[in-house]
Amino acid sequence: MSAQLAAYSTSTGEAFQFWILGTVAVIGALCTILMKKAVHSALCLAGTMVVLAVFYLANGAYFLGIVQIVVYTGAIMMLFLFVVMLVGVTAADSLKETIKGQRWLAALCGLGFGVLLIAGIGNASLHQFNGLAKANAGGNVEGLAALIFTKYVFAFEITGALLITATVGAMVLTHRERTERAKTQRELAEQRVREGKHLPPLPAPGVYARHNAVDIAGLLPDGTPSELTVMQTLRERGQIRDVSGEALSDLKALEQRSADRLERSDERAEEASK
Amino acid sequence: MNPVNYLYLACLLFTIGATGVLIRRNAIVVFMCIELMLNACNLAFVAFSRMHGNLDGQIFAFFTMVVAAAEVVVGLAIIVSLFRSRHSASVDDASLMKL
Repeated sequence: MSAQLAAYSTSTGEAFQFWILGTVAVIGALCTILMKKAVHSALCLAGTMVVLAVFYLANGAYFLGIVQIVVYTGAIMMLFLFVVMLVGVTAADSLKETIKGQRWLAALCGLGFGVLLIAGIGNASLHQFNGLAKANAGGNVEGLAALIFTKYVFAFEITGALLITATVGAMVLTHRERTERAKTQRELAEQRVREGKHLPPLPAPGVYARHNAVDIAGLLPDGTPSELTVMQTLRERGQIRDVSGEALSDLKALEQRSADRLERSDERAEEASK
Repeated sequence: MNPVNYLYLACLLFTIGATGVLIRRNAIVVFMCIELMLNACNLAFVAFSRMHGNLDGQIFAFFTMVVAAAEVVVGLAIIVSLFRSRHSASVDDASLMKL
């Protein structure tokens, strides 16, 4: 391994890995910018980051490879997905261009920039690779630690300050002050009496119907379902189950069938035990 | 294969990220493209570290990761609070900075 890292050109295995995974990384990056939905973009980016972690490992940066997986794909991408879910999964990008031809111009700029960068790298004389065999001799993590706590110790300390600032900043940005005081239980009770609305607790769902699941409305004495018995959340979502005779007979048939099947499976179990 | 190919790959990924920032208008996707560019830089740092045979490049990549983590935390908080006030994560709507 270390002998290969010191070589001018890599082993066939690494070349093979580079061409396969490099293609995957570029496809993932392209999908990140071309996918219409933010969730798909995030997943493609996570794939690219995992591939990059493998490249770090192949380049002898063992610590960074693991940190890449833990911090980037584990923490940052999950934070992205969390925010995508919070902000709205279905919110696709609008396809209407506000500046005419902006997309093509942007793509052209990107292409030019890429050509410039790659030509710059191509013109530089970067053909001698020393390899990390000597630097990693005492262990990659030990080498990094020795550098961080000696040469880069001030940068490390400032990084700590930066992280604290970022944490406080995130809390300040997303924190919301409560504008009015929450009502106490006594005040709520008084309000209810004053408004004269339904003083006792709400009736339980499904008690008088065939089922007592929470999404089935209880029946009033005249046979009509009472909306009050179903909790507000289900009512707003429109998830109240129908309690008409037809629906109930369907349910009964379904239960009959499942009971039949269960009996059969019980018999099978008995036969097996015999 | 010459290890310099890693640098070409880093350039390619950086270019794709930069193009994405220009093309996309969903703030979250723009942010992801920035992450892609940071990652491309990290790959270049690691490749240079191998080229020079010392670990300084890896230290820089490590610090980049820390800064990226801090940046993501604050940036996503900004996006969430923008979304709260505008009900949209499009960067076009954020041009109206006054409330």
